[in-house]
Amino acid sequence: MNVRAERFVNHAILVLFSVIAVFPMVGVVAQALQLPHADLSTFGTAWREGHFATYLRNSVIVTTVTVVASAVLSIMAGYALGTMRFRGSGALFLLFVAGLTIPTEAIVVPLYFDLRSAGLDNTYAGLILPQVAMSVAFGTFWMRAYFRSVPRSMLEAARIDGASGWTTLWRVLVPIGRPAILTMVLLTTMWTWNEFLLPLVIVNSDEALRTAPLGLSFFQGTHKTDYSLLMAGALIIAAPIVIVYVFLQRQFIAGMLSGAVKE
Amino acid sequence: MTTVARRKTPKTRREASAPRAARRPGRAFSGSPGEPGRIGWLYTLPALLVYGAFLLWPLARGAQFSLYHWDGLGEATWAGFSNYTATWSDPSLRGAFGHLLVLVLFYSVLPCCIAFVLVGAMSRTKIRGLTFFRTVLFLPQVVAMVAVAVAWQWVYSADGPVNTVLGWLHALGLPDWRRGWFGDFTFALPAVGAVGTWVGIGLAMVLFLAGVQKIPRELYEAARIDGAGPVREFFAVTLPGLRRELAVALTLTTIMAIRNFDLIYMATAGGPGNATKVPAYEVYNRTFNTGEVGLGCAIGVTLAVLAFAVTAGVRRLVEGKDA
Repeated sequence: MNVRAERFVNHAILVLFSVIAVFPMVGVVAQALQLPHADLSTFGTAWREGHFATYLRNSVIVTTVTVVASAVLSIMAGYALGTMRFRGSGALFLLFVAGLTIPTEAIVVPLYFDLRSAGLDNTYAGLILPQVAMSVAFGTFWMRAYFRSVPRSMLEAARIDGASGWTTLWRVLVPIGRPAILTMVLLTTMWTWNEFLLPLVIVNSDEALRTAPLGLSFFQGTHKTDYSLLMAGALIIAAPIVIVYVFLQRQFIAGMLSGAVKE
Repeated sequence: MTTVARRKTPKTRREASAPRAARRPGRAFSGSPGEPGRIGWLYTLPALLVYGAFLLWPLARGAQFSLYHWDGLGEATWAGFSNYTATWSDPSLRGAFGHLLVLVLFYSVLPCCIAFVLVGAMSRTKIRGLTFFRTVLFLPQVVAMVAVAVAWQWVYSADGPVNTVLGWLHALGLPDWRRGWFGDFTFALPAVGAVGTWVGIGLAMVLFLAGVQKIPRELYEAARIDGAGPVREFFAVTLPGLRRELAVALTLTTIMAIRNFDLIYMATAGGPGNATKVPAYEVYNRTFNTGEVGLGCAIGVTLAVLAFAVTAGVRRLVEGKDA
């Protein structure tokens, strides 16, 4: 096969699979807009009837608090495990790594019963704290790798200039570690926003606390056959992450790569 | 935290140079400059508390619940390991684990095979718009699974694209293959699997693409001088060079198959009949629909053990060969 023919075949394969990858999503958009009539009213109807304003607001609150809290905790833990050696640090790290594989399915039932007896079901705290716990496992693993890569001399220089460990962390290491932190924030944002099983179980009676994916599942229950409404709902809940991804795809992919391959 | 940090500052400078003398070559780090050991614990403690209370503790509680018969309301009675033996002897649960095996093929093996083809297409000749293709092919990974489920319900619907194309084929004289895919006893499971394949391709491809860039060019040149075509070249150079990435891709996608709750809940609820029941769905179903909390927890623990075993097993396999 000559080079030109092969190049053509290669492009054809890539185009074919790209079409397969976006086709369901393009179809969703077309259905929601009721193309070729291009009618935006479906979105309005879905937005109102699905209470998506409330559900998106809940998702924004839960995701923001989860991501900020887990980032701060992960940065601190990663700093300790990445730059200090102390009794039990190795075991501690393994403990966090073990959490990376634990599926939500394994913890969601006991979480439901224990949070309920603590009065935390149907609350923001009940939604947020378990998600922080899941994100912290990855975040600590991720930030430890970053802090290990920081040149030792930089820590020592900060020390000699009189900075405490705490100041060194937040004034020196965090600012220069922005790319690593951004990647972690993007991934935990995506995972928290898309989480479904946990809200389904924890928010079992308070409709006003439903997150966006949960809202979509209830919306589906009432609009099983009205495809254009259902598609508009699916678009509304998927769009925020997809938009962020399109602009920052490099960081997303880099994160998935190094998160998966390192160590 | 600030008081702690201030208190140990005086010691800092004196100790700063001490670990340097002790540094051994080949180590990434050795001790921290002037931090007493306890400080490390203080930094780690907040993360550890949340992680322990909302992940490790529930896991332990789940293991505890799994040893009881409990309907979630009344008295719990000791069950020993009967909930675990039930996961293998109850025909519908055994079926669910069987379905999981089938889905692993669709979620893991098939995406990796397709990703190899894609990476082959991307790496042999110069491709214009590589970033574009990579972005698009990875896109299904970032869309919420509940939205993916809704999108695919449309794809498989009576007048959706799949049945439309099959209708054309029927008009051309082929048998009528149109059906409600998620509602068909024979085809519901493969239909769910196809969604998993669609999601998994991008992840596997991105991993392989990164791996291919690390394979030395000389190996390809040598293979070409030896007269290897695209297929020989793939099996002689690319596949061995991507062993690590293949292991990672298989692990991640298998765990995706194990964690497959959202799609089943949204698209089929395990039906029709038991045709798409999977363990992840049975955790929820047994706990909240049939009131078998202990059994639900036993399935959850089994899934955690499976996920851990897959990760550990694959890692051993890869590192054992590399060493």
